[in-house]
Amino acid sequence: MLGRLTLDALPFYSWVAMGGALVTVLGGLAIALVITMMGKWRYIWSEWLTSLDHKRIGIMYVMLALVMLLRGFIDALMMRAQQAVALNSDGYLPPDHFDQIFSSHGTIMIFFMAMPFLTGLINIIMPQQIGSRDVAFPFLNSVSLWLTAAGAGLMLVSLVIGKFSTAGWTGYPPYSGAAYSPGVGVDYWIWSIQVSGIGTTLSGINFIVTILKRRAPGMTFMRMPMFTWTVLCSSVLMIFAFPALTVVVSMLALDRIFGMHFFTNADGGNMMNYVNLIWIWGHPEVYILILPAFGIFSEVVATFSAKRLFGYPSLVYATAVIALLSFTVWLHHFFTMGASANVNAFFGVATMVIAVPTGVKVFDWLMTMYRGRITFHPSMKWTLGFMVTFVIGGMTGVLLALPPADYLMHNSTFLVAHFHNMLIPGALFGYFAAYMYWFPKAFGFTLDARWGTRAFWFWVVGFYIAFMPLYALGFMGMSRRMEHYNIAEWQPFLVTAAVGAVLVLIGIVCLGMQLYVSIRDRDANRDTTGDPWNGRTLEWLAASPPPPYNFAVVPEVRSLDAFHEMKQRGEAYRRPERYEDIEMPKNSGIGVVIGVAAGVFGFAMVWQIGWAAIGAGLVILAALVVRSSQEETETVMPAAEVKRIEDARFAALSASRREEVAA
Amino acid sequence: MGEARPYRSLRTYLIGFALALVLTAVPFGLVATRALPAGQILVVIAVAAVVQVLVHLRFFLHLDLRTTPRENLLALGFAAVLICIMIGGSLVIMFNLHYRMWV
Repeated sequence: MLGRLTLDALPFYSWVAMGGALVTVLGGLAIALVITMMGKWRYIWSEWLTSLDHKRIGIMYVMLALVMLLRGFIDALMMRAQQAVALNSDGYLPPDHFDQIFSSHGTIMIFFMAMPFLTGLINIIMPQQIGSRDVAFPFLNSVSLWLTAAGAGLMLVSLVIGKFSTAGWTGYPPYSGAAYSPGVGVDYWIWSIQVSGIGTTLSGINFIVTILKRRAPGMTFMRMPMFTWTVLCSSVLMIFAFPALTVVVSMLALDRIFGMHFFTNADGGNMMNYVNLIWIWGHPEVYILILPAFGIFSEVVATFSAKRLFGYPSLVYATAVIALLSFTVWLHHFFTMGASANVNAFFGVATMVIAVPTGVKVFDWLMTMYRGRITFHPSMKWTLGFMVTFVIGGMTGVLLALPPADYLMHNSTFLVAHFHNMLIPGALFGYFAAYMYWFPKAFGFTLDARWGTRAFWFWVVGFYIAFMPLYALGFMGMSRRMEHYNIAEWQPFLVTAAVGAVLVLIGIVCLGMQLYVSIRDRDANRDTTGDPWNGRTLEWLAASPPPPYNFAVVPEVRSLDAFHEMKQRGEAYRRPERYEDIEMPKNSGIGVVIGVAAGVFGFAMVWQIGWAAIGAGLVILAALVVRSSQEETETVMPAAEVKRIEDARFAALSASRREEVAA
Repeated sequence: MGEARPYRSLRTYLIGFALALVLTAVPFGLVATRALPAGQILVVIAVAAVVQVLVHLRFFLHLDLRTTPRENLLALGFAAVLICIMIGGSLVIMFNLHYRMWV
């Protein structure tokens, strides 16, 4: 009846695991209780969960990402604590539990922190930046969100019911095969990334079509804001790379469930083909995460230097070249497999070549700042911190791209330090910069700069103290993922790294404080103009937060930095003569239904509960049929309503101008 | 012209359908009857698969070198390049490994 699911699945095997389960369950209950007490269920359902508005979907994505950041960071803290004490002792974590923690840390940070954060930011900003009223397929957008949330939900459930994978975030066979990992852990990993991976592929399609078809009149490709360009390239990577992940993980699932032999030595299978296929996805994935962050840095640098972006065409070409090259380097993740020198050399050289367009970008940002009037807003600080730190990570990457050097450092903590050195500044700092830069656009008030600066310093200093020791440890021969060790020289470095993790924790607390302080003082920090930073791109033209339709009249674009040019010509805030009815997508709960059913499907596949899997599959099918046969999926906002909203906006604008003049 | 269209379109669909059936039946038949040595069957399957893709593009998705807008062809060309990199790269890597491990 319940497949493999029995009471033994509950985490009574260790106090730490039980604590994690309790925190998860109580956290969920506490949130549900607060919502019930405030009587907000109906509001949350009808205004948020079922919303097809790209801005609200984006905000929900970012909220999911921040929750998962917390979860993934607690994992990191626990690993640092374990390694700091586990010299000649078992520490406080049993090996099996430690292995679950590093596996879930990687899986969460990539799939359920970075990807939703990125998708959320793209959702909020990109349509506004190209002067569009929504993404091309608003309903598909909601489906993507809820598939991602379903995957994240499966991750959280694995903490309470059963165990998570111990096979690392990439799940290499043969260890992840049924013979060596018979439990449900690897299945949780498979189905959570399978469900969310499909959501990501759909998002990629949505973003590409939006950018190709929904740009404001006059916005040619070479007038697109840099962030939009990076989103385009990143979405292309999504739709070409993610199918590889879906396929390879499906093959692993077939191996596990039906005893097939894709990746076992029996019957002609080859485990190295798994490694090959997963990195065909895995390497572009790195650029999926980093390219949009490059776009964010470009916008932030131009705005806070009060200058036009230096070398815009070179940035566009560099982005496109990086996107293409990212498909030609995947073998550098397994140089030690035993390929011939020619194969290794090709991929080594290709890897080093990527450093060239990336270097072009760094110089473009530096030249943008040169003789600019720089404002040290927290977003700008994240950008500067990124530039310095990322270059260090890039150089260790070029070192690792040399196959002979890689043979020495493969799977050592040097590698761990290297990729954290790329992804923390290269992706996460970018997302934080975006969060502080575009927050007023999403919510109508600015974030507190002091707490933002504190968060920045704790993060950046904490990062160096946490990861520089790992470079040294890699040279000293420490391999990654060690639950305990017996070499006394390592311990001081590991204790230092743990101190760094604590500093990052303080950085996260500062982010929380920033949010609290900013919400408390929101009336003092209202953004009445919609343009708090003297921005240059179209998203700053609309009010903050923008009305559901973003633009009452679709703007006409005449140059790069369209909004800046409008302000120069004094046309930015011209009141249109008349308004028109605006068609908008109706809210729909079907996305939520599909997401929940996909989550149930994943759970049923993990525990091999056949009837539940079939039932959930049928629900998804039925939901799609219902949605396809709905005829009235749009609602019309009448021109009078648009006029009322816009009149209020112009009244607020002129009031804030009068205040400026008086001051 | 307007009235001739459905007929022509039905004909293209039928031609495409017939070709797709043949291109599916041949590999299945070869595997079932073992009419050729295994290595040659693999080659036939690979060729049939590629032709199958082209048939779908031509007859079902109506892609045409003359009438399809250039940017669509460009996107398709880009996809072809990436697929060549992925599949070709994988084949090179795995055959190279096989050679070094087993031969």
